[in-house]
Amino acid sequence: MTVVYWLANVLLGGGALLTLVRLARGPSLLDRVVATDTLLIIIAAGLAVHATLARDPTLVPVLVVVSLLAFVGSVSVARYIGGMMVHSSGSGQDAGLPDAAEQRTGGTP
Amino acid sequence: MSGTVADAGAVGRLRHQLPLLLWLVAVWNLLWGTWSWANLISGVVVALVVTLVLPLPAVVGGVRVRPVAVLVFVGTFLVDLVRAGALVAWQTVRRRGISSSAILRVQLRTDSDLLLTIVTEAVTLVPGSMVIEIDRETRVIGLHVLSVDTDEDLDRQRRSVLLTEERVVRAFGTAEEIAALQRAPEPAGRPS
Amino acid sequence: MGVVADVVAATCLLLGSLLCLTAGLGLVRFPDVLTRMHAGTKPQVLGILLIMVGGAIRLQGWSATWMLLLVAVFQTLTAPISAHMVSRVAYRRRHVRRDRMVVDELGVAPRSPGEARGDEPADAAPSRGSPRAREG
Repeated sequence: MTVVYWLANVLLGGGALLTLVRLARGPSLLDRVVATDTLLIIIAAGLAVHATLARDPTLVPVLVVVSLLAFVGSVSVARYIGGMMVHSSGSGQDAGLPDAAEQRTGGTP
Repeated sequence: MSGTVADAGAVGRLRHQLPLLLWLVAVWNLLWGTWSWANLISGVVVALVVTLVLPLPAVVGGVRVRPVAVLVFVGTFLVDLVRAGALVAWQTVRRRGISSSAILRVQLRTDSDLLLTIVTEAVTLVPGSMVIEIDRETRVIGLHVLSVDTDEDLDRQRRSVLLTEERVVRAFGTAEEIAALQRAPEPAGRPS
Repeated sequence: MGVVADVVAATCLLLGSLLCLTAGLGLVRFPDVLTRMHAGTKPQVLGILLIMVGGAIRLQGWSATWMLLLVAVFQTLTAPISAHMVSRVAYRRRHVRRDRMVVDELGVAPRSPGEARGDEPADAAPSRGSPRAREG
């Protein structure tokens, strides 16, 4: 079980590091939303792995909270960005975000 | 006279809210983790308070649950879920990554809020597709499809969405909706 | 019995962790928001379900099992919703790489970057009056 514990934690940690890379590199706010969502779910998965292998059910309620928090967080940020579109000055670019974000992702000629 | 009308309204509203109430009570009991009469009663109280204080628009239209069709739907959904996870995971680790994606529009045939919700939830989790736009009035959904290469892939995706819809309607729809499925127009092709 | 259950649980946990790793990998490798959303949604849901199954096998006591079931149900219900909301905003704001796209039937030919766009709230019904002006 120790091997399983370390292996699972290495896999989850690798996944969490990769989402952190995406979180840091952006380029747009929505990428970061996706990365945060994924990161929270990976954290929930890590908690579940620990609870399972240690046979310790005290962490299980935390799982419910974390998984719901990921959902509420990404939905509210998505709605917030959707609301920002109303106030953007009509250029269709990210309001309050660097222009480079659009230029790097947008392949529009 | 008006009393009976109000009564019918209240009863009808309660009937519409009943699935929500049951779901809330179930969640409450699952959160407590143990079953007891105290949990059940307090769950009913909390569910009533929640539905009265924060009312939701009732989901219009009755729901018929057909057990066999529900089993077929759930089974296919689980198989699809596993396939989707494995497929996307494989596409991330393979060397050439994903080839190219596409956005499709699919004309659905059901006209019920609940069924459309179930269909779109299922479609988002089946292989390779994700709903990005829903036009409620014309019943058109926009799908983002991961990794398509040829036109056959696109047609396959479109057919699989329509099959999912058919399974959902057979599981939860009324008889009229199943009939509507039969005489549905040919799915809209690609706009030229 | 105990050994078999442990092996099954450990297999579920490892597979779930592997799927979480591929979700992170896809997040880094895929080119735009929509494809990243695919990577963040599907392996993730399957992975968390597998981990929940492993936990339900190994943890004693029904209380924890019910709660894990609740997490699994919430996850399958909410992941599509958040994926849909994020990707809808992403599509409307053109965080989409059209050079990697075969066909875009919702919409819209590539347009010039300066064109007015993105002036509708995320919940607005699609415009009926001018079908070709927006997503269609």
